[in-house]
Amino acid sequence: MSTPTRIRATLKDGGTELRMLFSHPMENGLRKDAEGNRIPAHFITEVSVRRNGEIVLAADFGPSIATNPYLAFSITGGAAGDEIVVSWRDNLGDTRSDAIRVA
Amino acid sequence: MDSRRRDVLKAGGGLGLWSVLAAAGIVAPAQAQDARNVAAFEATTLDDALRALDAGNAAESGAIRIVAPDVAEDGRAVAISVVSDIPRTEQIVILIEENPWKVAASFRLSAAMAPSIQTRVKMARSTRVHALVKADGRLFAARREVTVTVGGCGT
Repeated sequence: MSTPTRIRATLKDGGTELRMLFSHPMENGLRKDAEGNRIPAHFITEVSVRRNGEIVLAADFGPSIATNPYLAFSITGGAAGDEIVVSWRDNLGDTRSDAIRVA
Repeated sequence: MDSRRRDVLKAGGGLGLWSVLAAAGIVAPAQAQDARNVAAFEATTLDDALRALDAGNAAESGAIRIVAPDVAEDGRAVAISVVSDIPRTEQIVILIEENPWKVAASFRLSAAMAPSIQTRVKMARSTRVHALVKADGRLFAARREVTVTVGGCGT
């Protein structure tokens, strides 16, 4: 079970500012736990952000992205009611999508 | 003569339809290159990563800004942003030179996106950070140093 991505969208200066915080361990496969056992690699590999069904950003991640990845960027235009959908897939094949409406 | 049309005709010989259309700006890059560059993400040397990204000859550009702290106390999460002032920026790649795997992330931007991205990366130790920008099919590069007090890759 994965935890929802926290998404914030703010209309500003004719554009939409997007900030998102993914909940994911982003293990690179090199760290060891308290007993000295190697923690297997477990990290998000792909992210997509859509507005009203149109892709605005597609990203690939490696394990150098920090635990609980954070992304912030702006897109042109936008209006209250726009649907923002943020999706990810990780190296173990888990996926998750979360959506918000721009307020 | 329209140089973009000429490029299409030139590229038509050996490349797939999508890359030809993307080169001509007919389809968005995100549609054309939606496959992860596995070789780049698995690269454990900077040279291998740059080769996989076809960035060996990327031109130095002052129009790319890497915003990061000069000194990062905690290498587990270092805030970094890359801002490109290069017209028609379509891709931004962030590389952390001293990390076990060099490519941190690759962002494929739609035309709706402002060419600026902010995230947080791990840094194993003090390192150079590289930003590659693809714009209008050409690659540009910038780099900057970040001093890390406590490393964050667990090695």
